[in-house]
Amino acid sequence: MFLNQFLLLAAILFCIGVYGVLARKNGVLVLMSIELILNAVNINLVAFGAYWHVNDMANVSGQVFALFVIAVAAAEVGVGLALVLLIYRNRQSIDIDDVDMLKG
Amino acid sequence: MFNMIDKVWIIPALMAASFLVILFFGKRWGTRATAGIGIASVSICLILSVVVAGNWISRVNHPPTGAALAADIAAANGLTPQTGETIGEEANAATKDSGETVTTDSHASSEEGHAAESGEHGGEHESVPPVVRTVTWFQIGGMEFEMGTLVDGLAAMMLITVCIISLLVHIYSTEYLHGDVRFTHYYAFLSLFTASMLFYVLSSNTLQMLMGWELVGVCSFGLIGHWWEEKKNTDAALKAFLTNRVGDIGLILGVIITFFAAGGISFNVLHINEYALSGNANTTLLLVGALCLFGGVTSKSGQFPLHTWLPDAMAGPTPVSALIHAATMVVAGVYLIARLYAVFFSGLAIGSSTFHYVAFIGGFTTIIGGLLAFVQTDLKKVLAYSTISQLGYMVMALGVGAWTAGVFHLFTHAFFKACLFLGAGSVSHACHHTFDMREMGGLRKKMPVTHATFLVATLALAGIFPLAGFWSKDEILAGSASGQENAYTIMLIFGLITAFLTAAYMGRAYWMTFWGKYRGHAHPHESPKVITVPLIILAGCAVFLGFTNFPKSFFGIKLPGSVTTRFEHFVEPTFSFPPLQHAEFTPWLAIASTILAAGGLFLAYQYYEKNRGPHGLTSRNKVALAGYTFLENKYYLDDLYTGVIAGSTKGPIARAANWFNQNILDGVINGIGFVARKIAGVVYVFGDQLIIDGAVNGSGQGSEGAGQLLRKIQTGKVQQYASILFAGAVVLAGVLVFVV
Amino acid sequence: MKDFLNSWGISLMVFLPLVGALAMLVVPKAKEQFHKVVALAASLVVGFIGILIMTNFDYDANGQLQFVVDKAWIPIINSRYIVGIDGISLPMIALTLLIVPLCIIYSWNHFPEPKNPKAFLILILILETGMLGSFVAQDLILFFVFFEVVLLPMYFMIGVWGGEKRQYASLKFFLYTLFGSALMIVAFLSLYFLSDKIPVNGEMMHSFDMRLLPELATGISTGAALWIFGGMFMGFGIKVPMFPFHTWLPDAHTQAPTVGSVILAAVLLKLGTYGFIRIAIPILPGAAEKWAPFIGLLAVIGIIYGALCCLAQTDMKRLIAFSSVSHMGFVMLGIATLTTFGFQAAIFGMVAHGLITGMLFFVAGSTKDRYHTLDISRLGGMLKSMPHMGWILGFSVMASLGLPGLAGFWGEFPAILSAYNPGLGLNVAFFRVLMVIAAVGTVLAAAYLLWMYQRVGFGVPTKEFEDDPHLHDVTFTEWVAWTPMLILIVVLGFVPNIIFKVTDGAVSNTIAIVNGLGG
Repeated sequence: MFLNQFLLLAAILFCIGVYGVLARKNGVLVLMSIELILNAVNINLVAFGAYWHVNDMANVSGQVFALFVIAVAAAEVGVGLALVLLIYRNRQSIDIDDVDMLKG
Repeated sequence: MFNMIDKVWIIPALMAASFLVILFFGKRWGTRATAGIGIASVSICLILSVVVAGNWISRVNHPPTGAALAADIAAANGLTPQTGETIGEEANAATKDSGETVTTDSHASSEEGHAAESGEHGGEHESVPPVVRTVTWFQIGGMEFEMGTLVDGLAAMMLITVCIISLLVHIYSTEYLHGDVRFTHYYAFLSLFTASMLFYVLSSNTLQMLMGWELVGVCSFGLIGHWWEEKKNTDAALKAFLTNRVGDIGLILGVIITFFAAGGISFNVLHINEYALSGNANTTLLLVGALCLFGGVTSKSGQFPLHTWLPDAMAGPTPVSALIHAATMVVAGVYLIARLYAVFFSGLAIGSSTFHYVAFIGGFTTIIGGLLAFVQTDLKKVLAYSTISQLGYMVMALGVGAWTAGVFHLFTHAFFKACLFLGAGSVSHACHHTFDMREMGGLRKKMPVTHATFLVATLALAGIFPLAGFWSKDEILAGSASGQENAYTIMLIFGLITAFLTAAYMGRAYWMTFWGKYRGHAHPHESPKVITVPLIILAGCAVFLGFTNFPKSFFGIKLPGSVTTRFEHFVEPTFSFPPLQHAEFTPWLAIASTILAAGGLFLAYQYYEKNRGPHGLTSRNKVALAGYTFLENKYYLDDLYTGVIAGSTKGPIARAANWFNQNILDGVINGIGFVARKIAGVVYVFGDQLIIDGAVNGSGQGSEGAGQLLRKIQTGKVQQYASILFAGAVVLAGVLVFVV
Repeated sequence: MKDFLNSWGISLMVFLPLVGALAMLVVPKAKEQFHKVVALAASLVVGFIGILIMTNFDYDANGQLQFVVDKAWIPIINSRYIVGIDGISLPMIALTLLIVPLCIIYSWNHFPEPKNPKAFLILILILETGMLGSFVAQDLILFFVFFEVVLLPMYFMIGVWGGEKRQYASLKFFLYTLFGSALMIVAFLSLYFLSDKIPVNGEMMHSFDMRLLPELATGISTGAALWIFGGMFMGFGIKVPMFPFHTWLPDAHTQAPTVGSVILAAVLLKLGTYGFIRIAIPILPGAAEKWAPFIGLLAVIGIIYGALCCLAQTDMKRLIAFSSVSHMGFVMLGIATLTTFGFQAAIFGMVAHGLITGMLFFVAGSTKDRYHTLDISRLGGMLKSMPHMGWILGFSVMASLGLPGLAGFWGEFPAILSAYNPGLGLNVAFFRVLMVIAAVGTVLAAAYLLWMYQRVGFGVPTKEFEDDPHLHDVTFTEWVAWTPMLILIVVLGFVPNIIFKVTDGAVSNTIAIVNGLGG
């Protein structure tokens, strides 16, 4: 019933995020897309948490997990932005296609 | 007189101490002190030896009885009761092997039996056991072997002889070797020699005798090679030592065989003698043992065919020749026979068989030595061959069973031969150190004392009445004429021929040296007192010592028993000693031998002094020339030994052995190494490089190729990675959804 | 004190040299003085412990192992750390304890090229551990380990400090002895698996315990025993070395530095003969009896053959090396007779040969230092240019040719004597022939030694060395290193009981085992 809408929303968000990660060249946008993916996951977690909450009042693990993800995401963005900033400083560009020094 | 006979070990120990002191301090303290130490030590030894002899004489006069006698006999045999399993086994094994049934018990009884027996038939005086004092020497298989001193008449006689001559030589050498480069070494060796010789004569067992025997050999080596800068001298030293070593094979084996024959429990001389006399002795074993021992005698006492080292040994200083190569060391072999007489007596069946090996070799040696003395121009070599000849006399005497005669001749010969050598030394001292008689002559006037003493000694050696040599030689002749069952007529002939030869060659030497005109270039003069006094003393001995064994009846003169045959009475053992027949003085023999000796002297006088007779015979007569050449070359024995045997051993044979070692044995090893390396090469190329390493390299190349392929994927583009990641996730999800 | 020695004495003695070597490892090699002092101190302390052990040794019970330590070591194969000393090992240990410090003293100012005292002395200390360990080990594996420990330092010593052909010599030495060792360990293992089991902690296991093996090995079939003995024979016989396995010896000796030669001759060779007396013969007496005539024959061939080879040598050191072959022949002849006399002679011969030949090598080394050659034809007149050295050489030569009154005699004479009457069921006639041949060997020994001495010691110096300033007489360190050996040679010669008495009980026990189990 009402679970489906959340899952649908999450799926759409996820797909947008994946598209952003794979297609965009701007590093900041890639990071923002990752953020979208993570939030899609969060929506799923909260939705399922609420869903389980009906049957088992004591179970709040979905919500707790979502909070964890938010915290981790914040950290990840922090590190990611720092990297992007440094790349920009060194190369005057944040096009991630230019950053391929690990090429084999 | 205090009792020295128990503490007789002090005598050799004193000389050994003297050796050490001279060796370590001689150089620092100077020549006078060196000689002083040596002379003082020998003098003390001489005094002590006289005391020992006195002790022995009183012991013979008042023999121990009862408990003291039993204790002495027990000590003499050196057999303390043995217990323990191993010993029993060893002893049994030994007896089993030699086919003997002697055990300690039965031996003890046989020994008692013998003691009683000899007491009965000895008749003249009771059996006096020697004084034996021992300490433990070493222990093997639970058996204790002892070393110690054995004093009897024979040992006491040798003690005195060695000490007197050694003392005189010590004194004489202070002048003779004055200013020599190695004065201290010389005296050190003299002391060591005296110590070793005294150690040897006092030995209570055969092993100790072997030790003393070799030690005197070393001293002889060192003293012959005294002037070692010249190769000639060192060659002579080496020859002496090696020839003696050849004989020592026999001695070593003889010691071993007699040891096992007598039960394999003791080296004790008296124990072995006792066994040899016991009824159940294995005579075959004793025969082999005696012949082996005689091998040692052959070399040490210069018997044919191992006598060749002795003339060469004259390369050493003359006093040494007198002491070692005439009076003492060379008689060690004779002493060995005398000491182990029972072994020789039973083994060679002296007196009862026709096998006279010892007597024959002795007799033969007297003649060949005497003949060689004629062709020598070197005065010392004449004396050396004379020594060989006289040693043959002694050995012959022992071989025919005339024990006392042989030992008595040893005794007298030591003095007059030492006198002759020292006299020769005195002559050489005066004549620019030459011994060549062709450069002497007419020294009678210039060196009166030397001449007089030399003459006395010559007459004594030739056996002219009433000098010492007459008595001892006569006893030997009487012994071979009548001794043990008249079995030795041939030896009598040898003896008589030699009596003639001795007088003749000594006459030759005497006339060539002291008469005629002086042929050398030096200015001969009489030697100083240090040299002449020893000569006079020795000449005195040569005159008087013969009377110590004055016969019981001499041409009808019968002296009281207390003065006749004293030597025999005190020196001849009465314990563990075979029963011997004693030859009486034989007037016709004495006359015959005196005539022969006088004849020899006379002919020599005619030939060499008066120049009569067939001179130049060798240039006219082929046979004479051949004989002369034969003698000149010393029967070609030297060529055989030095050239053929020694030469081939150290030349081709040794080289062959070395070649075998380097090429065959080592070749095998190197060959194995070579083949192994070849095989290894093959294994390396095909096995290792191709297959094993191939596999290793292959795997490496494989991974590299795979890596080359895979690196294409790694573009460094983050988004590409992410796409692959998502693709993978999708695939995984598909798998999870549709497959699982 | 006694308790301490009982539990720790032997181990301390064996491993202290290693401790010294470790201490030296951490100090840089430039501090030469430190290394010399530490090495000497280590060997002297070891010697001191040895003296303590010897003074506390119960000589009346010399047949029993004393100061025994028996600890688990490799439980899975029941190999144990068993060490102990009895009358047979005591003289060998004493010899080792004496020789090592003397070698260090001798080296003090004599280090061979390329110097490096640190490495050199460390090797000597390791050698000491190996040698001592071999003489105290009572477990076959333990023995084998120590036996092999000796090999490597000697290899390096020859290979690094040796003469011109050191590479060849060291490799030959190493491979040859290793080959023997390989056969030996195979023999040990077959012995282990074929012998009876004993209970260990409630479990039945095979054992390497040398004390028990004579009993345990009785069940081995004759054929197998012969093969096992053969393996040990190769291992020990190469080390002795017996003809025809001796060819590594002259090369090793000729090329080795002086101290290496001395240790090699004085102690290393004895590991082989010791192995025969301690391991091969008591454990497999039956096989020993079968092998004895063969061993005796090889021993006598070695005596004569070694002597003949000596006569052909032109190099002094090589001559002495060949004389070792000859002398060790006497030792092996004594062993082959399987009698107390023979064994006693062998042990005495081992000690005497160690002292005398060690001494000869010392002199040869010093000769080489001065003349820079050992070619006999170029030497001469040593008595003139260096009187003391000449006398010492002469003395050693006399000792070496078996002169009675010096130590060498007591190794030779009883060995010859024992061959007259060999033990067990050995062929008497055959051994008597060997006896006579061995006696002839004594003449040859005198011949080659005196002939060498005549050319080296006697005469006048050759032109080349007439006024050579390098020819100085015996130095202080040489006197210190040599005097104890010279004195011992004389003392042992006159008082042989010093050794005979110590070994008597142990040898009698061994012979009793041989007689009890082999006959």
